[in-house]
Amino acid sequence: MFDSGSSVVWIILAGALATYATRVGGHLVLSRFQHIPRRVMAALDAVPAAVLASLVAPAIVSQGWAEALTLAIAAVAALRFNMAGVLLVGAASIITLRALLG
Amino acid sequence: MSFDRNAQIRQGMRDSLTVVIGAAPFGLLFGALAVDNGMSVSEAVLMSATMYAGASQMVGLDLFGTHAAPWLIVFSIFAVNFRHILYSATIGPKIAGFSVAQKTIAFFFLVDPQFAEAERRSEQGKSISFAWYMGMALPFYFSWICETALGALFGNLISDPHALGMDFLLPIYFLALVMGFRRRRNWFPVVIASGLASIAAYYIIGSPWHVSVGALFGIAFAAILAGQGQLPPQEATEQGVENV
Repeated sequence: MFDSGSSVVWIILAGALATYATRVGGHLVLSRFQHIPRRVMAALDAVPAAVLASLVAPAIVSQGWAEALTLAIAAVAALRFNMAGVLLVGAASIITLRALLG
Repeated sequence: MSFDRNAQIRQGMRDSLTVVIGAAPFGLLFGALAVDNGMSVSEAVLMSATMYAGASQMVGLDLFGTHAAPWLIVFSIFAVNFRHILYSATIGPKIAGFSVAQKTIAFFFLVDPQFAEAERRSEQGKSISFAWYMGMALPFYFSWICETALGALFGNLISDPHALGMDFLLPIYFLALVMGFRRRRNWFPVVIASGLASIAAYYIIGSPWHVSVGALFGIAFAAILAGQGQLPPQEATEQGVENV
């Protein structure tokens, strides 16, 4: 069923362990602290937005006008719609703009 | 006792219905994008069954395509799942009645909607039993796996993913997640710092280093802006649950 020599399977299993560590870790580690330094808390709080912004940022400048415009449209759509709505608007935009701009 | 337990399981299953329906498109999307990014159907299903974390599964997919080093992929998955540490710390005291084995199982299923529903139930003054918790968790878990398989099988049939914009759905998805965090303190400066550092690293060092460099800049900037002082863990967690 799986190619046991495939690194993909091992990365998935390591990712699963890392995910479980975050789900059990807060209870085992964080709850032992009475107080958490404000800077540490702010840093923890910023982790997801910082990682995701870093993932998406190069796509704004490295691909083309159709892609850059689509991200701008999707950002505005995100102010109004939920995730499913943003994906629909974004998909409609990238299909249309790629057809128009080549 | 067993009558009560059955009632609790049924209540949990009823509470799971909205999130099962709400998450269905994303399970299908994940499966379709997984095969589009070169994974096999069984690998996509394995990922959903063992990681069981939508946003970080998408991040994993994105990085598989860039030939990033394995440790970097695992580290990015860990980073995107970081919010679970706060959920886990908050939910711990509320499931203090669970046995160790029950807790070990329960934490595996602590996804965003599970946390949100458990918090809601707790806020209504109701206790969180293991029966309710699993009644809520299992339908969501198994539907997520089935949707992944369906999406992956369907994704195999799509002949021209580029024309359908499928290769660009991940950046749109990530951007929408970033926008979803916008009510957090210092969100804008953190996103700008991460974004600029990421773009600079992308051109100077190259992919996939832009992810770590950008994230580090944003996180460091957040720590600098926060100022000194201390917060109790409880208050720290009450900054809101996102639907990621």
